[in-house]
Amino acid sequence: MIALIDYGAGNLTSVKKALTALGADFTVPTAPHECAVAAGLIVPGVGHFAATKALDAPWRDAVGRAVGAGTPLLGICLGMQWLYEGSEEEPELPGLGALDGRCQLLRGDRTRRLKIPHVGWNALDMPRPSRLLAGLASGSHVYFTHSFAAPVTSDCVAATTHAERFAAAVERENVFGVQFHPEKSGEAGLHILRNFLDFCRSC
Amino acid sequence: MLTKRIIACMDVRDGQVVKGVQFQQLRHAGDPAALARRYNVEGIDEVVVLDVTATLESRRALARTIGAVAKEIFLPLTVGGGIRSEDDAAAAVEAGADKVSLNTAALSNPSLITTLSRRFGSQAVIVAIDAKRRDARFGVYVRSGTADAARDAVEWAREAEARGAGEILLTSMDRDGTRAGFDCELTAAVSDAVNIPVIASGGAGVLEHFLDVFTRGCADAALAASIFHYADTGVGDLKRYLSAKGIPVRL
Repeated sequence: MIALIDYGAGNLTSVKKALTALGADFTVPTAPHECAVAAGLIVPGVGHFAATKALDAPWRDAVGRAVGAGTPLLGICLGMQWLYEGSEEEPELPGLGALDGRCQLLRGDRTRRLKIPHVGWNALDMPRPSRLLAGLASGSHVYFTHSFAAPVTSDCVAATTHAERFAAAVERENVFGVQFHPEKSGEAGLHILRNFLDFCRSC
Repeated sequence: MLTKRIIACMDVRDGQVVKGVQFQQLRHAGDPAALARRYNVEGIDEVVVLDVTATLESRRALARTIGAVAKEIFLPLTVGGGIRSEDDAAAAVEAGADKVSLNTAALSNPSLITTLSRRFGSQAVIVAIDAKRRDARFGVYVRSGTADAARDAVEWAREAEARGAGEILLTSMDRDGTRAGFDCELTAAVSDAVNIPVIASGGAGVLEHFLDVFTRGCADAALAASIFHYADTGVGDLKRYLSAKGIPVRL
């Protein structure tokens, strides 16, 4: 059973729909302790980093403990940003801290019409093989919609360039994150979600 | 590199896709879910569903339509037409929309843009502008193009951005359904004025029109309806054409 964490940031409808299409069993936990029994955790979300405030200490502890016990965790978009130490968007609010670094505002480039927010389909440049993106060709396009992003670090398994390079997908042991929306990225996105579900089953 | 998006628009009335010319003479173009399925296979980047009547009865039909379309495609889905309140927007999101498009309501109640962008994020709020040439400028029309809003399109786009809109859907009423080409001057004027993506709409007829609006028009995305519905132009053919002309697209 996959636990889909609902903290009120955007709608879960499209993630639920994608999981249903992939035949995954999932639940939306109403209490933090339910995370302990999940085969995998997904933290979705869009919008402002301040929304992650709803993931208060009990939730952070529960997710942190599950991850520490080896439960796979996938953060999507704002959910990925939450995996880091924090974000420039809401500097006082800490993230989960499972990954090193802080998210920053993308600068864009007005003279080249590289606008912010970064909205649309952009390519994944994959510096190394990964479990999450296995079977996808480097250069595959996925759908983004965001203004803040994580820096490219050693955890980065796919980088994307929009005036600057940022982390599009990350992977560190059982912690995964995607800045784009796999549930909105057609076949490529479904493939990535399937990889994550397969990994959850194998654990 | 960020690709230019090709968006299929379905004007829906009572659960069926319809399409008119210059906002008039609607004719039927098929079942929304079936069309969405075809577009997905052909490689469309995004789908917009517009409720063109937006009466109370069609509102219930719309929720069913959104659900049926959302079940077929794993792509960004925008819903517009008659969204006047936070509750209307929430209902569309609940039914499966990723973004809502505001038009008349944004002009009569601009604070709605801010309310919705705070609740759903600015990426979920599109402000649709129906523009018509008026001397050397572009005027804004509301109520499905029937009423002059007495606003300048460029200035209104700027205000919409400042209030929290995440994208502008810009329709040329002069070109809508004519297949005479996008209004590139209108699109470029708005695109230059804002720092959020601009979706050009109205007038798509042949492949060259898309090339034009992405180069001269400086559009971030181009939206069309009838040429895709009636399969005059396949989405795949269009994207291969644009790619060959040096426009970055998702193939």
